[in-house]
Amino acid sequence: MNKEPIKFRKERLDRGIKARCEDIFALSSYREILYLLLPRVLPVALLLVFPLFKDIVGLYWEKVLVITCAIALLSLSWDWLASVGLISLGQALFFGVGAYVTGSLNYAFKWPPLITIPLGTLGGALICTLLLLPVLRLRGVYFAIVTLTLPLLLMRFIETTKILGGTEGLSALTPLPSLWVELYVPVFTLLICLFGFRRLINEDYGLVLQGIRDNDRAVMSGAINIYWFKTQAVFLAALVGSFPGAFMTHYYQFVGMPAFALDYSILPLTAAVLGGVGTFAGPTLGAFILVPLSEVLRAFGTLRVVFYSAILIICVVGLPEGVFHYIRRKYHQFERMVEVG
Amino acid sequence: MSETILKVEGLNKNFGGVAAIVDVSFEVKKGELLGIIGPNGSGKTTLVNLLTGFVKPDSGRVFYRGVDITGKKPYKIAEMGIARTFQMVKPFYQLSAFKNLIIPLYSSRVRRLRGGMYGDRDDVAIDLLEDVGFERDSFVPYKVASSLPHGYLKRLELARCLALRPELLILDELFSGMSMSEVASTLPIIERLNGEGLTILMVEHRLKELFRIAHRVIALNFGSKIADSPPGEIMENEAVKAAYLGSEEEGEDA
Amino acid sequence: MLLSILIYGLINSIILALTAIGFSLTFGISGVANFAYGGFYILSGFLVWMLLNYLRFPLLLAIALTIGVVGLLGFITYWIILLRVRGIALSEVIATFALGVGILELFRYLGFVTYEFTLPYLKKGMILIAGVPVDYQRLYIIGIGLALVLFLYFFTHHTRIGLSFRGIAQNERTAISLGIRSDWTAALSLAFGCAMGALAAIVILPLGIISINTGYEVLLIAVAVGIVGGLESVSGILIASLILGYTQVFTGTYLKPEWMMVVYLAAIVIVLTIKPSGLFGKFKELEERV
Repeated sequence: MNKEPIKFRKERLDRGIKARCEDIFALSSYREILYLLLPRVLPVALLLVFPLFKDIVGLYWEKVLVITCAIALLSLSWDWLASVGLISLGQALFFGVGAYVTGSLNYAFKWPPLITIPLGTLGGALICTLLLLPVLRLRGVYFAIVTLTLPLLLMRFIETTKILGGTEGLSALTPLPSLWVELYVPVFTLLICLFGFRRLINEDYGLVLQGIRDNDRAVMSGAINIYWFKTQAVFLAALVGSFPGAFMTHYYQFVGMPAFALDYSILPLTAAVLGGVGTFAGPTLGAFILVPLSEVLRAFGTLRVVFYSAILIICVVGLPEGVFHYIRRKYHQFERMVEVG
Repeated sequence: MSETILKVEGLNKNFGGVAAIVDVSFEVKKGELLGIIGPNGSGKTTLVNLLTGFVKPDSGRVFYRGVDITGKKPYKIAEMGIARTFQMVKPFYQLSAFKNLIIPLYSSRVRRLRGGMYGDRDDVAIDLLEDVGFERDSFVPYKVASSLPHGYLKRLELARCLALRPELLILDELFSGMSMSEVASTLPIIERLNGEGLTILMVEHRLKELFRIAHRVIALNFGSKIADSPPGEIMENEAVKAAYLGSEEEGEDA
Repeated sequence: MLLSILIYGLINSIILALTAIGFSLTFGISGVANFAYGGFYILSGFLVWMLLNYLRFPLLLAIALTIGVVGLLGFITYWIILLRVRGIALSEVIATFALGVGILELFRYLGFVTYEFTLPYLKKGMILIAGVPVDYQRLYIIGIGLALVLFLYFFTHHTRIGLSFRGIAQNERTAISLGIRSDWTAALSLAFGCAMGALAAIVILPLGIISINTGYEVLLIAVAVGIVGGLESVSGILIASLILGYTQVFTGTYLKPEWMMVVYLAAIVIVLTIKPSGLFGKFKELEERV
């Protein structure tokens, strides 16, 4: 007797409302409008009102919000690089260079944050792009290797040459003008970058970048100078990565070697992989899961880094989809089991 | 025929001591359909890579419309109007078929040639796909490239080249991996393109199909040019016979 | 003075080569950039220390055991982690990087950060070479370094498994079609790379203390040597080590010792700008072979 168990397979169907909404902007009911808008508007609204309740949630958690935005920006920058096919293991490079440029401008010339933060962001992005320029001609893991190496080396460089305050760093920098600036500047920057990147990657410009990721030779034989496009992409990523460095410098009123710390490399990376690579919303979501979690686990000290590493390995090997893709799928599709005949 | 569009002079290339191309010289006239044949490993793909800048030659020169393009970057050569297909098709997998074509359409060459017109790029892309045999009103042009069958990918590759509005089209074994019916439907497209005045250099293993449309055929063996004659006579050539019989019968059975 | 620079430059170069060779070997064969290399390096140091101090093993046994265990760990890493993400550069890089960081930070958390963590010399004492005092440990390093290079040469050129390593390195698809099991070979390449890292750690670490930060530094050295010499070439590694090693000793002698690390930065930046594939790299950008 050969009695085989009945086999089932999971079948996924798009919700009717999704099929109708996609690409066709003829929405017929409030329900459909809500269906489309809710996942976009709700998180944005939450983010915008969160600082208003500072008296209820307490300043500590408002501070966590600022750090979360900084990490989210770094992971957005990581995801942007990943969508051109460049793997960065050293987001701390962008953060640190942005921080040091801002800090030293403020320290040397006593310029206010309104000038040093934009200058630091721009200057930091330029320096990072120049540093990474030679590697862009190569394919493969070279970019990862060099981004991993550079922050460590720059840290050593500052330590040995004792420039820019050496191991002590530069302290007593100008504080930010008000609490509202501290809270709303990172939030707005994050939203602008998030929706900007999401838009840009689907524009024709973004298609070229995605093409470089999939097959750089075919892009090249399409009469497109891929090195120039890669340079632009790295500059944009460096811009978005340097801003949190520049901002946090004035936020902490201090810049020092911790700006190149491993945390700024591995946290954004973990956030991006956990959230889901390639969506920009995923990495942001990942940062909003990881950073508050990591505040809760503050008591564990360096074990947190081990914890990130474990999450990274598990996500990369076992759950490459990421949280965001999972939620999106659940939102847009029915699942049911069907008998396999 | 008329003016020379491509002139190759004494091209040489070694890979770690192995001679891949040995002293190859030839010319391509404007409007010509030139075939290049040769057994496996005879250096055909290397020749294409040399012409399009993906590999730098050890010595020798390549002139395109009188301009020396030896050792120029691939995108510069493409910018001048030489388009090529790849033997191993690797489309932009995560993009839909017609979005694959947006990338060459975005290049400064195409925008210049189209007089700055860019807003209608989607329509142009769909037209191009229809040109190479995609069903216009079906969902095929909107499907993600990774889900398309091989024959479509090969034709997508051809469309990617045509998007560039090339003056010289180099096809690197376009027919390899295609089914008989796919070849039969692609052949007229190439004939038509050539009839419209496009110069085509075709590296091919399927000799029967090639001989039907080519004006002239060059045979390579071990990197050297061994014959250069009209398609009707090339298989009469003793060196070519020896090269094919000496290695394999591939191409004859197609 | 000059003689001591010559001798210590050579020692320093061999230390660099020993440190880098495991990383390059793995990369050269299977194309996996093993970013967990620094983690395995430090793990080997602590493993020997624990075997010696907790279990009172004899030194040689502890060393042999450690090299075996770390090699095995590399092998297991391939089957458990890398096999599932093989070919996806993004995932390979992230997974090994995370593994390395995880190992190192775990040790930091467990309190392996004080000065008591040192490994014993293989043999104490020193001799004078042409008037320059050199201790036996450094002589051992020279000996083992040279032996390893020779062994590698014979291994890759004259044994079956070594030849299949080279086959995979040159063309994976062809190698598979010739009956070489690519997964086994890649797993073995990772195991060998890690075991060599362990050997390097065991002979080099006694010169200082075992510190977590050395783990990151080792990766830095491996990468710097690899970039300067070209990641796939053994002779490139040797020559790059000589260049970097002597430059370091010169800067250490004539400038300040702290500047030695800066040499790496300068070397990487210069080489990447002039010849990105490394001085002896066979890595040719955008080249399609026949």
